[in-house]
Amino acid sequence: MQGNYACAEGALAAGCDFFGGYPITPSTEVAEQMALRLPKMERTFIQMEDEIASISAVIGASWTGARAMTATSGPGFSLMMENLGYAVMTETPLVVVNIQRGGPSTGQPTMSAQGDMMQCRYGSHGDYSIIALTPSTVQEMFDLTVKAFNLADRFRCPVFLMSDETIGHMREKITIPDSVEIIPRKPLKEGMLPFEPEEDGVPGFPEFGKGYRTHVTGLTHDTRGYPDATDCTVHADLVQRLRDKIESKKEEIADFDLVNTSAEIVFVTYGPATRTVRQLMKERDDILIGHLNMRMVWPFPDHALAEFANAKVFIVPEMNLGQIAGEVKKNTNVPVLSVPKIGGEMHTPDELMKAMEEYL
Amino acid sequence: MSSKIKDWLRQDRLPHIYCTGCGNGTVINCTLSAVTQMGWEIDDTVFVSGIGCSSRASGYISTDSLHTTHGRALAFATGVKMAKPELNVVVFTGDGDLSAIGGNHFIHACRRNIDMTVICINNMIYGMTGGQGSPCTPEGKYSTTTPYGAHEPAFDLAELAAAAGANYSARWTAYHVKQLSDAIKTGLEKPGLSFIESITQCPTSYGRRNKLRTASDMLEYMRTNALLLSKKRRMEEIGEEIPAERFTVGEFVNRNKPAMGVPK
Ligand SMILES: Cc1ncc(C[n+]2csc(CCOP(=O)(O)OP(=O)(O)O)c2C)c(N)n1
Ligand code: SF4
Repeated sequence: MQGNYACAEGALAAGCDFFGGYPITPSTEVAEQMALRLPKMERTFIQMEDEIASISAVIGASWTGARAMTATSGPGFSLMMENLGYAVMTETPLVVVNIQRGGPSTGQPTMSAQGDMMQCRYGSHGDYSIIALTPSTVQEMFDLTVKAFNLADRFRCPVFLMSDETIGHMREKITIPDSVEIIPRKPLKEGMLPFEPEEDGVPGFPEFGKGYRTHVTGLTHDTRGYPDATDCTVHADLVQRLRDKIESKKEEIADFDLVNTSAEIVFVTYGPATRTVRQLMKERDDILIGHLNMRMVWPFPDHALAEFANAKVFIVPEMNLGQIAGEVKKNTNVPVLSVPKIGGEMHTPDELMKAMEEYL
Repeated sequence: MSSKIKDWLRQDRLPHIYCTGCGNGTVINCTLSAVTQMGWEIDDTVFVSGIGCSSRASGYISTDSLHTTHGRALAFATGVKMAKPELNVVVFTGDGDLSAIGGNHFIHACRRNIDMTVICINNMIYGMTGGQGSPCTPEGKYSTTTPYGAHEPAFDLAELAAAAGANYSARWTAYHVKQLSDAIKTGLEKPGLSFIESITQCPTSYGRRNKLRTASDMLEYMRTNALLLSKKRRMEEIGEEIPAERFTVGEFVNRNKPAMGVPK
């Protein structure tokens, strides 16, 4: 099955009730598959007039309790940024799939890239935190899409599936389970306010049409949801909480593999480069190489780096000019070697060998 | 269960932020009067709005409500309605919100003829940001960004909605309270997209710069310059010249094309 189809199937398995999107290469197959499948399940597919409308409709749908998602690629992702901030501020659960392509601008529509990793973390204005998952296999496209819905509902926030053309268009065998684990949104508890955090920092969800009579606004608001845009404390407390509800749980929700934690040379990867490192390790068949494969890059799992106690270098191959390498640098005193590659092709084992040899 | 207008107001949010003499309150009243006549339940109704003075209206209404981003109200409302057609969806928007930044969403919502009622409070200016020109500022009128008089032609929103495919389109003013409430009620009853435009006074940002300093000056302006659509058509037929100041009011379209998002 193709990666993009696996993503759509994952969404359906997770109970996605609403898809709003606008076609863009190389993400289009996700929308096409949803257009085919959703109506048959009496759920909603709508092709909106652009990506701003798509993310808007997804937010609107989510407030009715729907598990809602959209899928896009670079330029469409850029258009969504204002309303992604709105979703963060209003604590709206939703899933955004970005099948990355080469940018800036319309760049390379049919080629692969990982150039939007920082945009997904910092692209909307203001301070916030988000969750971003990064599949490196078609199976993970399925599994992590399911997970994205669960995390979105658990934390009342947008969750990104940051994939790329390579994985999106790759065909691999996958296993689709009869059912998947679904962690539902917790409803607003009696006596609690719609933006009043429970102990875990996340408020219960006041679904529209259920009598909560909630006012939802992107303006800074109090726990009732009423605008209060000039009180410094209200703003500081709200934005701090929105960030903390995710950052404080990062060790709990992190998703990564550790291989050879005693190694001195450690590859740190997400997406396609994960596959190259695995190939390299197969070919070399030694324990010189350590590997941290991240299936979730945001919140950044800095604690995973610490597991490599003997690391002399972290080598970070990625299909951009070093976006996550910079994040690794921020979080370790060990030297970090960025191995950027842009243009559309994934790293070859040889390229990674060469990078490694500098340290052998 | 019949409800009163008071029940539909979010009492604990009052007083509101509107300036003295602002027409937004009138349109909210007309809307709530129509809504209460419908016998709708507060809990089955959702108000959606964009950004602007007019779009603050959703926050004063005691239903579930979404105060969204500038221009995007109709796209959010589309998501609400398509995900849960049983909900009654009403949108508040401003002329800038709807026709400038939100223009594309506007024509597409009309084209889809999605089952919702859109109430555009057209004060012919950007009120919230302090009186800049809007796509609905009449030619020659003053604003902070048209200090020499607007030199672009204005949109006719009611005509636009009709042309784009809405089932119902009407324009009245904050002076025509009865007609406005009735038009909104017709819109609420009608499956498909209903568009009701209200020309409304903004003494603070529009009136002040256009020799209509008080709310009553502006209401008087509406009274004298509103021209019934039927009368306008008669004047056109006999070749009578229509003065530039005059604008049409009435029902632009009322039809029953297939609509999206209608509950089964
Ligand atoms: C993306 C974006 N651009 C600009 C603004 C600033 N802004 C806020 S309200 C507004 C105009 C509102 O005018 P209108 O829709 O006519 O409503 P009114 O205030 O007159 O009722 C603008 C430009 C914004 N909030 N968001
Ligand atoms: S600026 Fe104009 S539209 Fe805004 S509240 Fe004041 S009078 Fe009303």
